[in-house]
Amino acid sequence: MTTLFTILFDGVAYGMLLFVLACGLAVTLGLMNFVNLAHGAFAMAGGYICAVLVNNSGWPFFAALPLAFVASAAIGMVLERTLYRHLYARSHLDQVLFSIGLVFMSVAAIDYIMGSSRVFIKLPAALEGQFDFFGVGIGRYRLMIIVICGLLTVALQLILARTRFGSRLRAAVDDPRAAIGLGINVPQVFAFTFAFGCGLAGLGGALSAEILGLDPYFPLKFMIYFLIVVTVGGSSSITGPFLASLLLGIGDVAGKYYVPKMGPFVIYTIMIVILIWRPNGLFGRTAAR
Amino acid sequence: MFVRRQVLLAAGAVAAAAAAVPACAQEEAVKIGLIVPMTGGQASTGRQIDNAIKLYMQQKGDTVAGKKIEIILRDDAAVPDNTKRLAQELIVNEKVNIIAGFGVTPAALAAAPLATQAKVPEIVMAAGTSIITERSPYVVRTSFTLPQSSTIIGDWAAKNGIKKVATLTSDYAPGNDALASFKEHFVAGGGEIVEEVKVPLANPDFAPFLQRMKDSKPDAMFVFVPAGQGGNFMKQYAERGLDKSGIRVIGPGDVMDDDLLNNMGDAALGAVTAHLYSAAHPSQINKEFVAAYKKAFNNRPGFMAVGGYDGIHLIYEALKKTGGDATGDKLIAAMKGMKWESPRGPISIDPETRDIVQNIYIRKVEKVDGELYNVEFATFEAVKDPGKTKK
Amino acid sequence: MTTLPDVSTSAIAGARWRPGEIAFWIVVVACGFLFPSRYLIMTDIVRLALFALSLDLILGYAGIVSLGHAAFFGVGAYSAGLLALHGIINEPVVALVVAGFAAMVLGFFTSFLVIRGVDLTRLMVTLGIALLLEALAERFSGVTGGTDGLQGIEMQPILGRFAFDIFGKTGFFYSSIVLFLLFLLARRIVHSPFGLSLRAIRNNPLRGAAIGIPVNRRLIAIYMVSAFYAGIAGALFTQTTALASLDVFSFERSADLMLMLVIGGTGYLYGGLIGAVVFKMLQELFSTITPQYWLFWIGLVLVVIVLVGRARIHRWALWVPNLIIRQLAGRRAVVAVPESDPS
Repeated sequence: MTTLFTILFDGVAYGMLLFVLACGLAVTLGLMNFVNLAHGAFAMAGGYICAVLVNNSGWPFFAALPLAFVASAAIGMVLERTLYRHLYARSHLDQVLFSIGLVFMSVAAIDYIMGSSRVFIKLPAALEGQFDFFGVGIGRYRLMIIVICGLLTVALQLILARTRFGSRLRAAVDDPRAAIGLGINVPQVFAFTFAFGCGLAGLGGALSAEILGLDPYFPLKFMIYFLIVVTVGGSSSITGPFLASLLLGIGDVAGKYYVPKMGPFVIYTIMIVILIWRPNGLFGRTAAR
Repeated sequence: MFVRRQVLLAAGAVAAAAAAVPACAQEEAVKIGLIVPMTGGQASTGRQIDNAIKLYMQQKGDTVAGKKIEIILRDDAAVPDNTKRLAQELIVNEKVNIIAGFGVTPAALAAAPLATQAKVPEIVMAAGTSIITERSPYVVRTSFTLPQSSTIIGDWAAKNGIKKVATLTSDYAPGNDALASFKEHFVAGGGEIVEEVKVPLANPDFAPFLQRMKDSKPDAMFVFVPAGQGGNFMKQYAERGLDKSGIRVIGPGDVMDDDLLNNMGDAALGAVTAHLYSAAHPSQINKEFVAAYKKAFNNRPGFMAVGGYDGIHLIYEALKKTGGDATGDKLIAAMKGMKWESPRGPISIDPETRDIVQNIYIRKVEKVDGELYNVEFATFEAVKDPGKTKK
Repeated sequence: MTTLPDVSTSAIAGARWRPGEIAFWIVVVACGFLFPSRYLIMTDIVRLALFALSLDLILGYAGIVSLGHAAFFGVGAYSAGLLALHGIINEPVVALVVAGFAAMVLGFFTSFLVIRGVDLTRLMVTLGIALLLEALAERFSGVTGGTDGLQGIEMQPILGRFAFDIFGKTGFFYSSIVLFLLFLLARRIVHSPFGLSLRAIRNNPLRGAAIGIPVNRRLIAIYMVSAFYAGIAGALFTQTTALASLDVFSFERSADLMLMLVIGGTGYLYGGLIGAVVFKMLQELFSTITPQYWLFWIGLVLVVIVLVGRARIHRWALWVPNLIIRQLAGRRAVVAVPESDPS
């Protein structure tokens, strides 16, 4: 029984991590209908920035995390202003070509700068190991992930639901043309959201180095996972991707634990079944734009 | 559109010709086609081999027996059909005398029929499945086979008070080789396997598998993951508190690859593995090798680097023996039975199987001068590949 | 009523062979004799071209996006491999067709999953199917050889006469002939009323249904044809390399395919062919120059292609050939095949 809880705990931590990594992608897709396959590259950037700060410059881990966020967001902002915005009106195929191109470039560039070996971030001792909670093994690091990601999710939800920016964003997602008509500066809203999403990915990348491993192929390896989260969850709200991430995380961990030989089947089967049942994702709107 | 096609083809041909020009000018050159994964998940293997060969040629010069040695590096990204195509092109177009490298078993196997057909020696510098050398009389290996180290760690574990073992191995030929030979020797020695998990080769998260290991409460866990994944594995091993619950890590040395070892953290301390090479091997030749490698590439050499280093050494020595004659049959004949002192210790090429015969060391991870090293404490001398001697 | 003859005239005009097309195939044959040392890479390109052609049939003509086309490629590859390995069908040509049909059967069953849903859903469902098959192939390693792939495939001579050689000459001409025949078939299909109805569906499924086209049935049919083509491409892969390993199903294979097709342009059959040539050539060129960092340059090319605009690049590339054709033909014959890109 306690094992079940440990598995659940691990799955939730994994899912939360996926959510932070992928939610920026969901917003990009939902808001601007832009397929940004390079999302993982921003996560990788965050991870490497954090690793360099902690390992080479001796920053404390918790100080490097916010910087990973800020730096990735800044990179995202710059790229959005210089490159991405020219492509919003283009076809999906162009967008795929472009963002895959960016991924290839980032992979080779990181390989060139940082080498192809895996990079690890030196963690403070307080985050290492596991403790027992009524017999359930709780990994300290995973607990921290759940706490950070949980807080972030709540904050995101509040921003979206309560703030003026949030209502603008929702309006822009629901109907960009009407939103422009109402005087909302949609491109600006989008630039901010894009940068914020990249920042979150960067933070996620820094957090995930310990669990998923950080190497130059990160954006390619996890692209599929991000896409699963977004398609299964639907891209019209953040609740959808959140639940989809949890489902994916728990499904993946439980699948590997209980049926180790069938691990990959579980995820893909769940995904296909859900997509057949709800082609627009669990929480997607039925009317496709 | 057809002009564009023509132009491109022409461009390709020109590029190929350009690559071939210096070769034509240098008639007395011996060409070695080095096919290793330089991109993709196995890239670190290719980099180490490439580095080691560069280092060797820097140290020993690029001329041997009056012939200039020329390395043609190609990236196969560890995909076998790439390997095969590249090998074929190198043999047919570049007229290479030797093909070498091969990061993974399927890649080495894919090239084997070509080696036979073209009578070109295939020097395997990384891939570790037993069967490779049997696939062609032109295959010579300078890396290792997994049964070599797995049988020995199996015997060692059974003799050293380890009763129950859970195994975690990557699900592909080398992993299965390692598991089978470990199991055979460990069970014969009176041990018991309590849990057996095969993890997919491309695997982001070890957590659930490790939880399974933990729940089966073994004395030790036998681990084989390919070089490069070891770091991630040990991180999660520590995270799950397996080090605290007294489950030791044993296995062939791939998981404790020197390349990554120092970044694994203190959880790796005390892990006992059997392997062919440790950067801490206490010989003068190794100390020099490690120092030179570190100086040149700012990293510690792993066993893949040694495989490459010995591979090129073997080629040099064989050429010396044949007096610069680079015909396949003569080279293979020269390589058979060759003995030399490598950074890993004394090694030789088995004249019958063309596989490597080497010492296998039992090592324990310890801190030396503040860095983690595999410190050798027992040696099994001149181990042949048990995967073949069995038959 | 006056529009009717117009439609059929333009359809017939569209189906006519253009000088540029004939020139294209002459160049293909010429390549076989001009570059005898490059058979292997050219075989690779021909195979990819066929594979890209199969994706173009569904993407360019029916508007179905797919990130899992490697599923059919893989099924074709393993079928051909298993048939040859166990000596069930020794004649490569027969095995090729059988492998194609095996992929087609898979295409039939999966088509029901794919025709539902919007673009993104289709992308993910197709991708999911390919990944599932990859996992299955890994799981049943007794049949497929698992991660090590099928080993020891030996191909019999084609039609009992032409043996596969180490230079890849047989393989190249064999693949090229297969590509040409299947291309003719595809050309016939897309210019038939069936093909035209597909285009109507792609442009607007609702309108298509309203004018009486059985939308789903047509989509299933073209999906199966496409699967057949991909299966043949996969079988060619196994037959010319004597290998079949798990990566035939890989995501990278599907993704590269998509890149090739998009570079070449969708919806005019030659897009995949040209894309395959361009992509493979670039890859070969870059990876020869810099085996470690060629990905960067490929990426840069992709980004530049998009930023400059594919349509513009196509225009530039076609400017010279158009000029020559006009001079030679002395009339307003245009080789430029306009690209129609579903967005």
